[in-house]
Amino acid sequence: MSLFLVRGGVKLSYRKELTSESAIVRMPPPKRVLIPLQQHVGSPAEPVVQVGDRVGKGQLIGKPGRGISAAVHASTSGTVVAIEERTAPHPSGLTQLTVVIESDGEDRWAELPRPVTGVFPLPTTPKDISERVAAAGVVGLGGAAFPSAVKLDMRQRHELDTLVINGAECEPYVTCDDRLMREAAEEIIDGVRIMAYALAVEKIIVAIERNKPRAMAAMREAAKVDSDIRVQGVPTRFPMGSAQHLLLAVTGRETPADQRTAVVGAIVHNVATARAVSRAIRHGEPLVSRVVTVSGLGIREPANVEVPLGTPLEDLLAFCGGLHPVPSLLIGGGPMMGTTMPSLQAPVVKGTSGVLALTAAEINDGPEAPCIRCGSCVTACPCGLVPVEMAQLVKRGKLDEAKGIGLQDCIGCGSCSFICPSHIPLAHYFGFAKGKLSALDRDARRQDRIRALIQARTARVEREAEIKKAAAAARKAAKANAAAAAKTAVPSP
Amino acid sequence: METNLLWQGAQAVVALGVLGSLLGALLGAAARRLSVPEDNRAEAVAELLPGSNCAQCGFAGCKQAATAMVEGRAAPTSCPPGGVTTAQRIAQTLGLTLDLADAQAAMPQVAWVDEARCIGCTRCIRKCTADAIVGAAKQMHTVLPEACHACELCATECPTQAIAMKPVLPTLDTWHWPKPAPALTPAAR
Repeated sequence: MSLFLVRGGVKLSYRKELTSESAIVRMPPPKRVLIPLQQHVGSPAEPVVQVGDRVGKGQLIGKPGRGISAAVHASTSGTVVAIEERTAPHPSGLTQLTVVIESDGEDRWAELPRPVTGVFPLPTTPKDISERVAAAGVVGLGGAAFPSAVKLDMRQRHELDTLVINGAECEPYVTCDDRLMREAAEEIIDGVRIMAYALAVEKIIVAIERNKPRAMAAMREAAKVDSDIRVQGVPTRFPMGSAQHLLLAVTGRETPADQRTAVVGAIVHNVATARAVSRAIRHGEPLVSRVVTVSGLGIREPANVEVPLGTPLEDLLAFCGGLHPVPSLLIGGGPMMGTTMPSLQAPVVKGTSGVLALTAAEINDGPEAPCIRCGSCVTACPCGLVPVEMAQLVKRGKLDEAKGIGLQDCIGCGSCSFICPSHIPLAHYFGFAKGKLSALDRDARRQDRIRALIQARTARVEREAEIKKAAAAARKAAKANAAAAAKTAVPSP
Repeated sequence: METNLLWQGAQAVVALGVLGSLLGALLGAAARRLSVPEDNRAEAVAELLPGSNCAQCGFAGCKQAATAMVEGRAAPTSCPPGGVTTAQRIAQTLGLTLDLADAQAAMPQVAWVDEARCIGCTRCIRKCTADAIVGAAKQMHTVLPEACHACELCATECPTQAIAMKPVLPTLDTWHWPKPAPALTPAAR
């Protein structure tokens, strides 16, 4: 089958060789884990433990909040020493509610749900699968951290026929999915089959960028167990790993603006998510660790590490030999779409695919120069937008006009900023504009709500005043009546 | 003789009737044709303002402020509780332009009750225009931040000065990237 062309994108220097040949190593639990109650898209989890409680590894410590949310589990055994605001792994440096667990060093599992054994079709219902995945707190491990169970329930609202497994891993440096596909292909394929069973789809495509031939070979070998699974190589081009773009590349289906891939009948899951689903169903293990690529020239021993969630970055970096030479940037995620980390005390969370310490030599940074109208950003934009024009509008404060020419369709991949010869921070402008627009939107809703409250109160006060007036008039009339009655009554001597 | 008189009377009635209806139609048509459209922008603007008559703008109430804005005596941004949203909507109604990216205005605020000082007198509750304060007599009061628009009427009413205005700080959900700093010009570099 031929591949469909994806427009735009950029060719990057991948620098994956720093870690691509180092096997995944398991990091022992640190002295303390800091587990934020919101590591996913949606509402934060609500704590179900108290300070002083002893918890086992995999024990539920946060139950899903309202609406879209995900469960959070202890990543090692120990004692809850605090539930407090701690620095979040977020560029703002703001805090979030975090459960701090002091490890007892035993790393003892709590009692886990009974696993589902047996061959396909599984001896259970699709609903049971998605409930188990939800209970295990599995979220998209590609970086977006969208609760996986919500995606597995999409068949109730959309007609689905395809499951795409995202093994593109298009970000430079990051090799955690590559290693996972080489080392745990069977588990991934098992997870893929479980998800396909839950979604009731028959067409399964595992898409892997062609710069990972070993991963592709391992996955092809493992996929032999199921003839429905096709392992497909895709061109090495950023941002191939974006769900909408990957789907377009392997099926030719284009996702409409502002919509999910489900509306065109396909669900996209990451390979690491598939493995987490397999662990959850086959072993009852909740998501308590993930593979993180620790890389960059500022790391003494770059590696792929299976890290307990909530491990502070400083412990992880120390495990990798520490920082040397001193990096100029510390990034969570990949260099294109990742964000700067505010502190070494910030923890590794479910969405952390990489921790990169980049030295000045690795960063293509420079002072912003005027736009020379070369059009490179227009060619590079994978969403068919005109970044140069949008940035001009944002600069001049015309956010609504920028929205009118597709600002909300920007996936924030940063290809435009990367390609710009004048170092104009285009993606930063769009990130700002999207955030500002949603802040304005939130404010508008708030104002409307408050105005409705004020109007309701004004009406109520007026009504009350009227009732009071009527009551006073009635009393007066009654008094007058009584007086009149007293007058007409025969005055007895 | 008598019939003649009757006949003349009838003629007069008809003539005057016709004249009257003709003139009436003329006046009616003129009123419609030459009418001056009523300027109801003041009402439209008043509809956009919060309506709590807090007087932070310097006018007696929201209606007066709306009139002043229409007449150009007040800027669309002069309503602090209304914030950016209200300013933007008013500017749109009046055909003015506002720079949204720089529309920082004052940081949004909400009232906050110092529980150590609250004596439970319920005066703030009666004053609150948005029903944003809850509590009962001799009980602690508190502010529902999602309903408070910082009209500050409660703060001036409180006999123990237990109510202060606090800025709404960004959270992980509401934070967004700041606008990139403008590039330095070659001369400045």
